[in-house]
Amino acid sequence: MHRKLGLLAAVGAVALLSGSAIAQEKVFRYATTGDILGLDPHVNNEGPTNAMKGNVYGRLLHRLPDLSLEPDLATEWELGDDGVTWRFKLREGVTFHNGNPLNADDVVYSFERQSQDASEMSFALASVKEVRKVDDHTVELVTDGPDPTLLLNMPNFYIVDQEYMEENDAFEVVQGAGRTNFANTNANGTGPFKVVEWVQDNRVVLEPNGDWWNHENRTDNIDRAVFTPIANDATRVAALLSGEIDLMYPVPLQDIRRLEGDPNVEVPQGPELRTIFLGMDQWRDELLDMPGSGKNPFKDQRVRAAFGHALDLDAIQRVVMRGASTPTGLMIAPGINGFQEDMNEPYAYDPDTSRQLLEEAGYPDGFPVTLDCPNDRYVNDEAICTAIVPMLERIGIDITLNAQNKSLHFNKIGQAEDNNTSLYMLGWTPGSYDAYNMLQNITTMDGDAQGTWNSGRYSNPEVEELTDLIAVEIDEDKRNELIRQAFQIHKDDVGHLPLHQQALAWGVRSDTVESVSQRPWNDVDLRTVVLK
Amino acid sequence: MLAFVVQRLLQAILVMLVVALISFSLFQFVGDPINNMVGQETTTAQREALRERLGLNDPIPVQFVKWVANAAQGEFGLSYRMGKPVAALIAERLPATIELVLLSALLALLIGVPMGVHTGLRRDSWLSRVFLTVSLIGISLPTFLIGILLILIFGVWLGWLPTFGRGGTVDLGVWETSFLTLQGWSHLIMPAFTLALFQLTLIMRLVRAEMLEVLRTDYIKFARARGLRERTINFGHALKNTLVPVITIMGLQIGALLAFSIITETVFQWPGMGLLIIQAIQFVDIPIMSTYLVLVALFFVLINLAVDLLYYAVDPRLRVERAVAAI
Repeated sequence: MHRKLGLLAAVGAVALLSGSAIAQEKVFRYATTGDILGLDPHVNNEGPTNAMKGNVYGRLLHRLPDLSLEPDLATEWELGDDGVTWRFKLREGVTFHNGNPLNADDVVYSFERQSQDASEMSFALASVKEVRKVDDHTVELVTDGPDPTLLLNMPNFYIVDQEYMEENDAFEVVQGAGRTNFANTNANGTGPFKVVEWVQDNRVVLEPNGDWWNHENRTDNIDRAVFTPIANDATRVAALLSGEIDLMYPVPLQDIRRLEGDPNVEVPQGPELRTIFLGMDQWRDELLDMPGSGKNPFKDQRVRAAFGHALDLDAIQRVVMRGASTPTGLMIAPGINGFQEDMNEPYAYDPDTSRQLLEEAGYPDGFPVTLDCPNDRYVNDEAICTAIVPMLERIGIDITLNAQNKSLHFNKIGQAEDNNTSLYMLGWTPGSYDAYNMLQNITTMDGDAQGTWNSGRYSNPEVEELTDLIAVEIDEDKRNELIRQAFQIHKDDVGHLPLHQQALAWGVRSDTVESVSQRPWNDVDLRTVVLK
Repeated sequence: MLAFVVQRLLQAILVMLVVALISFSLFQFVGDPINNMVGQETTTAQREALRERLGLNDPIPVQFVKWVANAAQGEFGLSYRMGKPVAALIAERLPATIELVLLSALLALLIGVPMGVHTGLRRDSWLSRVFLTVSLIGISLPTFLIGILLILIFGVWLGWLPTFGRGGTVDLGVWETSFLTLQGWSHLIMPAFTLALFQLTLIMRLVRAEMLEVLRTDYIKFARARGLRERTINFGHALKNTLVPVITIMGLQIGALLAFSIITETVFQWPGMGLLIIQAIQFVDIPIMSTYLVLVALFFVLINLAVDLLYYAVDPRLRVERAVAAI
């Protein structure tokens, strides 16, 4: 018994000692809802995973919190006279975490690995035909045609070490099927942080990379970072209040005031880049909810406009979102390349106009329709839809709400079930932070890789043509004019019904954190964390 | 005896097959894993290729047969969410859940049984009334609320205990244990108590009711008449005769705890099997869901077997009947 007590005491002493050692080093502990999906930079394209990849891996260019680009592994770059050959000069003296030097071969290899079909990240390099090594520290990227958004996609092009990958036989990108992927559980990048430990669903521990090329001028001051997934909202809030973590996101809307009331907690808020909108079936000859009628009211612009004027976006913002959203009239958010400030006015809220428009269109008594909504994807998604139901009932629409989890929702409205929806909610952040990405995925149908999430199949020949021009127009002013035109037509058509950008809210311990940048795509860049 | 055990194990295989079949036919209603696996920019062609690679285009019976054939060879597939082998993931999570369940079952027994005995014997004492009132709270409050209340009191207000996760574990090779460090215990105690509270009150009420029943029987009266000591009567005769239902319930409850500590694990972010399965369901991670459900079926069969064997130990009458039947 005494021996046991002695052992306990010894263990306790060790715990105390290690506790005091930890107190001296600056440890940054942060949490969000889910764990990273893996460490392989070329497998997944998902929020928290991409944020982690950005801490560990280098890219040719790095995106700052204000969305501007800065040099990372490339020091200078220029577009050749042919309009399709981009020459990048690589930074000298950069090493990977395992000590291997970075050279042009690694960039060529990374391109080949990331552009495999199985890679989620291949979209970032979709326009790149070939990557050529010019010399040890120069590469050329050749695009299919002129690509004005190539540089915008470079922060999504992750550079890995060829020797390391080949030693571990990890060229193949593996997801769900096949062999276990070595690269998904081990990381070897050129980034400012190294992964020390990853215990699935428990913690990712990172330490600064002393050999990082910019280590001298680093903007953070942390000695160690511990990332923890905490799925339950209440638990995450409690962990922050008790001081066990220094930062967590998202803060549930109902807890914002409570956290603001705590003297040691701050709740920075800002607009997110994701736009939430409703879409309408504009391709079926007969609406799903009106079998036998042979009619699809949404084919009539006046009906779509009636819906637009029936939505009280300010009420949604005030009541459902408790002020934490920005009502919007465009399909992309401020900050995204191509955003048009003067066109962002939503359709005016006016139920009388709506009723009049419906009457003109031949539906004075409305018609039945089902609203498809997710209930676990966006902030208060189901509550927004519940609020929309009476707004549409007010103009005579016989509306049924169908809210379900995201796996079922996206399956139903997506191509897997042949866009089995008449009216649906969706949110979109352009992955390249450029309007083209939205036009390509949401508002056009013709051509390869177009209209992947255009679930109502809105298609206007003019917008289709403009979009194809926008894809290859290099001149910035001309391109912006084309984007304006496309947006204007889409807006006049009432192709979709934009609702708002949800606000992002973080909980930060002000007694331990000096400053941290809140990136509008809602993740933490450890480069920006300064602890007290 | 041996024949009985073998027979039960054969039944187990049948049960597991049926569970697997039912779960496979249910999976088509939980949604499409593809949308969870890929990012928004993934093209339709890439989605279709992935669906084909994962065999999701096969009819359900074909998927089922493939899975059983692989499982029979100990091959449970890769998790869709994490790309790791399912067997390894479950092996990694099992210790956390087993330790949590073990501790809460022990808490429930060691506190619940004495409380039950006390309330059964001294029905009118003030302590009995306190126990009964408290047990009402334990029965009626949902687990997640108790967990959150405990977090609020001991984690946020008092700051005595960590609010989430599993820390201070010691790696014993195949088993990561919380039992060897103070920090490990500090993480374990709140979730274990949360999980135990319902079982505790259940056992207490069960023991109490059984004690009241048994104390009225003739043999207790005769024992009293023989002048046996109160202590011998209460614990040697009365308590022992209440144990058969307690063992039955406890067995079923341990199975339920192992399988469904989901809520407690979610509230405390306890990295065990409950958290694994809830995340698998949200993600539509079919390899994990199917393996997990079959494993849970196996647990239940094994626990029931253990309960049956315990009956023999506790109730001599069963042994006699068996012997007679054998002749």
